[in-house]
Amino acid sequence: MSDQPTPTERFIQGILPENPIYRQLLGLCPTLAVTNGLKQALTMAGAVTVVLFCANIIVSLIRNLLKPHLRIVVFTLTIATFVTIVDRFLAAYMYQMSKALGPYIPLIIVNCIIICRCEVCASKQGLLAAGSDAIGQGIGFGLSLASIAVVRELLGTGALAGVAVLPAAWPQWVIMVLPPGAFLTFGLLLGLINWLQQRQSAKG
Amino acid sequence: MESSSSQSAGGFKNSNLVQAWLVLLLALCFGSALAAVQVQLSDTIAENKLNETLEQVPALIWNEAPAPETVQITPGTLSVEKQGQASSYTLYRVAKDDKVAGWVVKAGGQGYADKLELLVGVDADVRKITGLFVLEQKETPGLGNKVIEPDWRGQFTGKATETPLEVVKGHGEGPATIDAITGATISSRSVTNIVNATIANLKGKLDASGGQFSERSQ
Repeated sequence: MSDQPTPTERFIQGILPENPIYRQLLGLCPTLAVTNGLKQALTMAGAVTVVLFCANIIVSLIRNLLKPHLRIVVFTLTIATFVTIVDRFLAAYMYQMSKALGPYIPLIIVNCIIICRCEVCASKQGLLAAGSDAIGQGIGFGLSLASIAVVRELLGTGALAGVAVLPAAWPQWVIMVLPPGAFLTFGLLLGLINWLQQRQSAKG
Repeated sequence: MESSSSQSAGGFKNSNLVQAWLVLLLALCFGSALAAVQVQLSDTIAENKLNETLEQVPALIWNEAPAPETVQITPGTLSVEKQGQASSYTLYRVAKDDKVAGWVVKAGGQGYADKLELLVGVDADVRKITGLFVLEQKETPGLGNKVIEPDWRGQFTGKATETPLEVVKGHGEGPATIDAITGATISSRSVTNIVNATIANLKGKLDASGGQFSERSQ
């Protein structure tokens, strides 16, 4: 186990060096679908983090019992359970948000970030590493969604989290809150981050 | 090592059921956990849905809602025949001081993107539309979803029900016209058609004494 990253490394890696969206390009369905508003994006990030954390903990606890050919079944079962719980909780305590997110909460079940973290980290490392990995990746996911949502909501509606920011004269680029806006924003931000990274590594 | 020992143990250890004991056990645990969550939360979720509807009801009858304690909202149903098929509307009788002030009807139909669900408020004799609210819609953001805005749905308030409403582009003249949303004529038409169909179905069946309304025991 000496070649596995430590819990602290796992935590830091999730935020930027191995960011699930900008570095691993995983979980792009919610990234494109629910980033037309900051509130939805943050709720989605919270839901994914909770599911990821619970799934990582359970998988880490039972990692020594896993049969290699049945591990994906166990991961999916665990993830589906926690997603359903989160979905019900949202419907009970954040009804409007649950309506706004619609099918994208149940779709967390097939979000590859979680299955990837179960496979890469939780099924190989202990509780502490699995937990800090989940939180690190969750923060990384949240920051990425927020970065896209800020651009889209601001340009598309002139508001942030539903509060008007830009003057009323702003023409509201409707395309930014429509699906094409998601692809445009994500592509440009990804390019920007790659460019910054290249410039930095050229300097070093 | 392990594989050789399991091979010698024969069929028992290799049987699929034995190998999957962890999956089966987890499925059982998770299943019970989910059942417990559902039992805990299902009432709250149902209540949320009902509250969302009930909250809107007074505003669909009166411009300025009277004090809540003087208003009685009674849920019920009304059976109608649509193209030879019997169906029923969910509706709410809204009364103030035991006098029926109007009716709020839940109506649904196809929109541009997905199903639309509306609440239509009418006065006691279904002579006038008193309000419209969009409960559920997945129309295009920025275009069709403007049907939820008070500015647009407010056009329905006060319209007489004698003639079906008509959607016009630009600013319509006349008492029975609804201005289409720019870029979302289909969404505008869908909402208007649902309202027209609902009113046609309800007309003559409801009056201040109740008509064919049947109360639903809760």
